[in-house]
Amino acid sequence: MLRIACPFCGTRDHSEFSYGGDGSVNYPALDAALEAWHDAVFLRDNICGRQVETWQHVHGCRMWLLVERDTMTHEIFSVRPAHAGLATVLEATE
Amino acid sequence: MTRFTAWNVFWQGMTGQKGWSRQWRDPAPKAHYDVVIVGGGLHGLATAYYLAKTHGVKNIAVLEKGWIGGGNAGRNTTIVRSNYAQPGNREFYEHSLKLWENLSHELNYNVMFSQRSHVALLHSPGAIDAASRNYNTMRLTGTPDAEIWDLPTLKRAVPHLNYAANARFPIIGAAVQKRAGTARHDAAVWGYARAADARGVDILQNCKVEGISRDGGRITALDTSRGRITAGKVAFAVAGSTSLLWQMAGLGGLPIESHKLQAFVSEPLKPLLDQVVVFGMGGAHFYISQSDKGGMVFGGDLDWYKSYAQRGNLPIVQDVAEAAMSVLPCLGRVKLLRHWSGLVDMSMDGSHFICKTPLDNLYLNAGWNYGGFKASPASGWWFADLIASDRPAPMIAPFDLKRFERGLQIDERGAGPDCKLHG
Repeated sequence: MLRIACPFCGTRDHSEFSYGGDGSVNYPALDAALEAWHDAVFLRDNICGRQVETWQHVHGCRMWLLVERDTMTHEIFSVRPAHAGLATVLEATE
Repeated sequence: MTRFTAWNVFWQGMTGQKGWSRQWRDPAPKAHYDVVIVGGGLHGLATAYYLAKTHGVKNIAVLEKGWIGGGNAGRNTTIVRSNYAQPGNREFYEHSLKLWENLSHELNYNVMFSQRSHVALLHSPGAIDAASRNYNTMRLTGTPDAEIWDLPTLKRAVPHLNYAANARFPIIGAAVQKRAGTARHDAAVWGYARAADARGVDILQNCKVEGISRDGGRITALDTSRGRITAGKVAFAVAGSTSLLWQMAGLGGLPIESHKLQAFVSEPLKPLLDQVVVFGMGGAHFYISQSDKGGMVFGGDLDWYKSYAQRGNLPIVQDVAEAAMSVLPCLGRVKLLRHWSGLVDMSMDGSHFICKTPLDNLYLNAGWNYGGFKASPASGWWFADLIASDRPAPMIAPFDLKRFERGLQIDERGAGPDCKLHG
């Protein structure tokens, strides 16, 4: 079981989360060339080692997170909100 | 190599089993091969065998970083079936099933292919309609053994299932392929290794590819842990590690992610289950058969996140155990003997790749998702054809890397471009 330190809820089992995918994929502009969309949607570097990936805390705060994880050892190096602006807003309203 | 014949088995039995020769040689790597196949699993060895046998190619090497039978060939649930409905898939898997039917004779090695029926449980009228559509498609396209069973038929054939009317998902029928079944996974890979070796293929174990030399659009040589090997043609058949080799060749991204799939085997029991039984409903996924040794062999879903680690995680063990209890409650006190995790290539549409690549002399066999074991004979057959002739036969033409650009994915589950959903 992976343990993911959700910045909003604290450390939880990974079974509370849903894996999104490679977080380093940059989606192109809507009117970008078809090749750029093809590459973003279908092609993956499929990194063996440290990768930044997205997880959603579906059974918690439902926030999307960026998790830096080693895909071979499963060691987690950092967890941060996927939308930094939203985190700032949440902190300001507390 | 000593052939297996009734007389030889009898004679060796009478003389202390001392006259058998080793099943395949352990040759030193040569400096050059006409065809180098990277990956000594079922797909790589089957490819080598058909290249040597059907296409008469001499001077072939199969490079295996571990040992024969140590990778996914030894980590699967051994199910063989061809119940696919998508054009492309159904012809391909049916061809594979036909090859399985004669494989023991073909290889002179008992792969213990047992056509015991594949019984997919159905739990709603909608599921029966959907299965009827798929199985009628099979019957119309050359797979005559597809049937839909009603509840009384199913109860007679598989009496131990949980037929409780108040079950969370009551069983109301089944989609059945009668020629489907199981085969001994080790025997299949050993059989192909032995048969390929007998035709002169060099099987190089403990030979890991560590570097790839290119001359423009061609691969010239592979640097391996057992020295540098130059190659006329290079073929990748390394499910799970495809992206690593692909990047070593400087080719960038692939529509593949590496995920892991767990499988389980219980302590041996007396004969209990004569068929392969599959349960998939409401997020649960479970498939089970009984091996000839008596162990219940079963599995479930992927681990749901990308990983290169060949070890499973416990939430899936719990999921699979819960599904087992809901379908076969009689297994409740059976002890688990072992469980293991294999590394699989999950592709973006759930279908495989047997195709040419951006490099002139490189060929790719990858992206087998869950289903590589049953596919291996046809995979080797058509991959060998592609390597020998350098043009894709109609059977494999849809399974290239360009199908996403064309918008012609072969998405059997309709799950879209998310690798983990194609389990």
